[in-house]
Amino acid sequence: MPNDPSDKPRRIRVRREGPVLVEGPVEVVLEDGTSAVSDRCVVALCTCRRSRTYPWCDTSHRHRA
Amino acid sequence: MTIDQRGPALPDGRGEVSAAVIAHLRGEGTPLPDARAAAGADPYGDDLQLALYVCYEPHYRGFAGVDDAVEWDPALLAARALLEARFLDALRRDAARGHGVDEAVDDLLVEPLHGTGVSHHLQEEGRLWQLREYAAQRSLYHLKEADPHAWVLPRLWGRAKAGMAAVEFDEFGGGRAERVHARLFADLMADLGLDTAYGRYLNAASAPTLATVNLMSLCGLHRSLRGALVGHFATLEITSSPASRRLALAMQRAGAGPAAELFYTEHVEADAVHEQVVRHEVIGGLLEQEPHLAPDVVFGIDATVFLEDRFGEDLLGHWRAGRSSLRTPLDGPATVSVGPEPDSD
Ligand code: FES
Ligand SMILES: [Fe+2]
Ligand SMILES: [Fe+2]
Repeated sequence: MPNDPSDKPRRIRVRREGPVLVEGPVEVVLEDGTSAVSDRCVVALCTCRRSRTYPWCDTSHRHRA
Repeated sequence: MTIDQRGPALPDGRGEVSAAVIAHLRGEGTPLPDARAAAGADPYGDDLQLALYVCYEPHYRGFAGVDDAVEWDPALLAARALLEARFLDALRRDAARGHGVDEAVDDLLVEPLHGTGVSHHLQEEGRLWQLREYAAQRSLYHLKEADPHAWVLPRLWGRAKAGMAAVEFDEFGGGRAERVHARLFADLMADLGLDTAYGRYLNAASAPTLATVNLMSLCGLHRSLRGALVGHFATLEITSSPASRRLALAMQRAGAGPAAELFYTEHVEADAVHEQVVRHEVIGGLLEQEPHLAPDVVFGIDATVFLEDRFGEDLLGHWRAGRSSLRTPLDGPATVSVGPEPDSD
């Protein structure tokens, strides 16, 4: 992706738990070479690896009781 | 698919209060409910909930044959205020769990290992007729999904406003008409052989269903309840993703069709994002600016949980007894049975 100097840096929000929030659209290239694209204006990337819709968060990171 | 955009027909009254409101909208010149009538109505019952629903509907799509100007009819607004006070007082009395914002939100974030709610039932043993009833009941909200929440935007500022607008943009399809969530729900209804016309199932909907929608309209239309609206919306967004997973599986198991599945799979993913934005930006931003609204946020959460639980219990209670949860039967293949009959309950 070309770096246009007028572009603001893409903001990524990181929290102790749960997904990383990235300003969309994003393309995530996975280990097997396939990629997943989301065009939401905010995208939640799974960090716990438990999501059934990986690489997108599906709230599987939540505590169960 | 073309979707009927004319207002629905006025519903049938369910008692003295609702009949008076409906007659007023019909222009019959009869008196509207007074304080005595409001005080005598069950705050969660069919009569009051339908009356309130009918009072709110002119702010959305109106009713066929009713003058649009009735939206700001002072007599109707005065009657509505009496009904709202009755409903609000009951909620403040019955729903409060006496906790703070963090505790209330944390409660919503814990997934029960063995849930017993209506989405758990539908995933595990839901039959097609039950999915159709669920969709018909929920259509009262989902065909205007996110509309009542848009009213809060002018009352917010800064992070809360930007976050709320970002979520609403997603709810309204991100600029694409075919992806508006209300439209995705109409597509789901079509898969289930239901009529997608706005308001078509108003006569069929139960009082607990009407109450869940009336809470949104109430909080959306009153700036004084902006904190409650935010708490309410957060509750929907936080609880939606796991419930949508269960409902997507239920639709898949029943062979309901691709659009029926898509509505819920879209919500698994979308609401995992919305939850984050609503918690951190909308609630966080609002309370940074207006910390005195914390009890209102909690009230919005508690009232939503209370009414959603009542909605689910009402559906499950009817189904366990082998009865329809709707007041009027659905047309079409309503009794098609899918999956094994439950052994007990
Ligand atoms: S971070 Fe949410 S499912 Fe993994
Ligand atoms: Fe939605
Ligand atoms: Fe949402």
